[in-house]
Amino acid sequence: MQTYKAPLNDMKFILRDFINSESNSLLKNSDIDLSDLEMILEEASKLCEEKLLPLNQSGDEEGCKYENGNVNTPKGFKEIYREFVDNGWQGLTVNKKYGGQELPYFMNMFLDEMISSSNMSFGLYPGLTSNAIDAIEKSASDEIKDLYLPKLASGEWSGTMNLTEPHCGTDLGLTKTIANPQNDGSYKLSGTKIFITCGEHDMSKNIIHLVLAKTPNCPKGIKGISLFVVPKIIPKKDGSLGERNNLECGSIEKKMGINASPTCVMHYNEATGWLVGDLHKGMKAMFIMMNGARLMVGVQGLGIAEIAYQSALNYAKERLQGRSLKGSKNLDKDADPILVHPEIRKSLLKIKTLTEGLRGLMLWTGLQVDIAKKEKDKFKKQNADDWVSLMTPILKSFATDVGCEASNLAVQIYGGHGYIKDHGIEQLVRDSRITPIYEGTNGIQALDLVGRKMPLHTGRLLKAFFHLVKEYIEKNSFNYNLKDFMPSLTKSFNRLQQVTAYIASTGLKDPDEASGPASDYLKMFALVATAYVWTRYAEIAFNKLNNDPNGFYLAKINSGKYFMTKILPETGSIMSSILSGAKTYNDFEDSHFDSAFKL
Amino acid sequence: MKILVAVKRVVDYNVQVRVKPDGTGVETENVKMSMNPPDENAVEEALRIKESGKATEIIAVSIGESKCQETIRTALAMGADRGLHIEVEGIIEPLAVAKILKKIVEKENPGLVLLGKQAIDDDCNQTGQMLSAMLAWSQGAFVSKIEFSGENIQVTREVDEGLEILDLKLPSIVTCDLRLNEPRYASLPNIMKAKKKPLDSLSLKDLNVDITPRIQQIKVEEPPKRQKGIMVSSVEELLQKLKNEAKVI
Repeated sequence: MQTYKAPLNDMKFILRDFINSESNSLLKNSDIDLSDLEMILEEASKLCEEKLLPLNQSGDEEGCKYENGNVNTPKGFKEIYREFVDNGWQGLTVNKKYGGQELPYFMNMFLDEMISSSNMSFGLYPGLTSNAIDAIEKSASDEIKDLYLPKLASGEWSGTMNLTEPHCGTDLGLTKTIANPQNDGSYKLSGTKIFITCGEHDMSKNIIHLVLAKTPNCPKGIKGISLFVVPKIIPKKDGSLGERNNLECGSIEKKMGINASPTCVMHYNEATGWLVGDLHKGMKAMFIMMNGARLMVGVQGLGIAEIAYQSALNYAKERLQGRSLKGSKNLDKDADPILVHPEIRKSLLKIKTLTEGLRGLMLWTGLQVDIAKKEKDKFKKQNADDWVSLMTPILKSFATDVGCEASNLAVQIYGGHGYIKDHGIEQLVRDSRITPIYEGTNGIQALDLVGRKMPLHTGRLLKAFFHLVKEYIEKNSFNYNLKDFMPSLTKSFNRLQQVTAYIASTGLKDPDEASGPASDYLKMFALVATAYVWTRYAEIAFNKLNNDPNGFYLAKINSGKYFMTKILPETGSIMSSILSGAKTYNDFEDSHFDSAFKL
Repeated sequence: MKILVAVKRVVDYNVQVRVKPDGTGVETENVKMSMNPPDENAVEEALRIKESGKATEIIAVSIGESKCQETIRTALAMGADRGLHIEVEGIIEPLAVAKILKKIVEKENPGLVLLGKQAIDDDCNQTGQMLSAMLAWSQGAFVSKIEFSGENIQVTREVDEGLEILDLKLPSIVTCDLRLNEPRYASLPNIMKAKKKPLDSLSLKDLNVDITPRIQQIKVEEPPKRQKGIMVSSVEELLQKLKNEAKVI
């Protein structure tokens, strides 16, 4: 059975103890304090546990229904969407001017994690609206902002992002959708967009599409792309609904997972739209939004890993099967719970330690987003910004891989009962499987890390991470409490530095030598960053052990020990693989790929 | 009309309660505490009455340690207008609570006092009734429906025989059943507004109430563990066991 209670103990630990110092200075000049943030988490958790979770399996089974251009969402979704937006959650981080609460960005990460755990499909509707808000807020004219943002922030209208076309996904330079300028300053857009999440549905009164298109005679490739706002129903100046625009949902995809959210084919037939940001600067506007969206996909991975963990743990405690090899633990019953078996314990601890470690790394990065936005000091601002740029591909990629691995491990712990549909565990595998694909595949993320982020500003972004960890190691190498942590952190950190130098130098001579191991390198980076988080967790936890009635801090330390000894050593094998070069696959003859079956 | 709503801070209903090792009570340190569930129904009902235009102000009152202010804030986040905290340490019996509430009622002059029918920690189910007697106001206990008709309210009570409908003259004391309504979640804007709403604190001295306990609590212990059941093969065996082993017939 899908089991989920928001991990509030861990979230509050991160809020109070882990990102504490900086978030307090961040909140210093506002009227918000820690107790407000905790209360927000508690209220959000109730909605997720009591309302969203019960609709997760039924929404998956029922799916969305397409009929004559309309999309009907599964039973209960409309009502819960209404409750969600009426309670103001869509406006969590939106500017107060547009009716939002302007809370820190990292709070959105906590909220999104809970939503992704309890109902990832549902989360896509407000999630896409958040993306649209982000793109409009950062790039559009005041006129567009004033007209659209209040309605989007209240959830009365929802939003979408239209990038992909039938022939172009990753390479958007091939975009064919055309936007013809009109005399009144608007544009008429024509073309077909595919894979449009929540492109059409019955939950909001209007749907605001943000569409990438080219204008006639624009520069070639991605340099010619512009971004447009194209509403389903054209709003009048006062915000009331006017005429229906010339756009339509042609069909929705049948797909592997996230079945309660529609993935739409959208046809634009001389649809009216308005330019967002500067002409031909659509990619820039899109990427400002996309970076946030990528972090949020990482959060989805984290959310799925959490519900996979809790569901599997619950089953491991209840399922009685076989006996512990060291003698029965459960004599009054016919068998022991499968939790007694080492293989089950290892699987659970793998998910637990990856999830908790990533949560810290994710929230730390979320905090840097806030610092980059609000900090006055130029150097601190840049440092925070560098951290976010560096960590975005790492978190998107690694957290979604962890989400997939966690849901697969959960199925394994359930055995046959995970494979059948009744318990809802195979749904987690299907739902999470999209996350390494959308918002830039994980392969693209790895190339972003190695090809763009690594050389950017002559390695300045890397320094944001390397300096921090190096200083930490120097300061704590003789910290007795951390005797089980510092040696392995140091060792893996040295490996990462060595591999980084190797990739940087060989990549100069042969780009394929750098791009080849990109995803391996990303994983290694993520493991070391997570190890740094676990070491800091342990440092904090040791100082709290004298007042630990519920054993939370002791559990933290012992979980950390598991991570450092059982998960982190993988950096060693990744290093040997990378240092052996990329020739075995780069130079592999193309014709040899089909050698086993070619006639 | 003002509505006074009494809210109590109790161990959260999801928490498995543990008895303190020294038997002096149950563990409340480092345990999740929340608003008493039927009190949430009372707050919700007050909000609905106000939203229908029949009340102008909702005051949430809580009596106990300083952390009770968190519970009041929950009520404010749900939509109550202001809070009142009476700081008292230690065990406060229903009689003392009723006496304190009487003073508050005399000060605030509400037209209606809403309480939960009982608290899930001590299950006393006395405060509302005592308060009604002290004030000589009408009372409706275990109420699952409230309807306004002129100067009166009609309340539906869940009693052993079924449903009983009473016509109460206002001002009145009503204790709420869980079936009365479904309490709302606090909305994000209301959470943000809650801390700006007035929350006054009063000490016991201000009220001049004698709260000396009338009952002496001797010991708290866990109920005995349930024994493993057995299957009987026939009615005769069942009767024989009930008679000779369980000695209940």
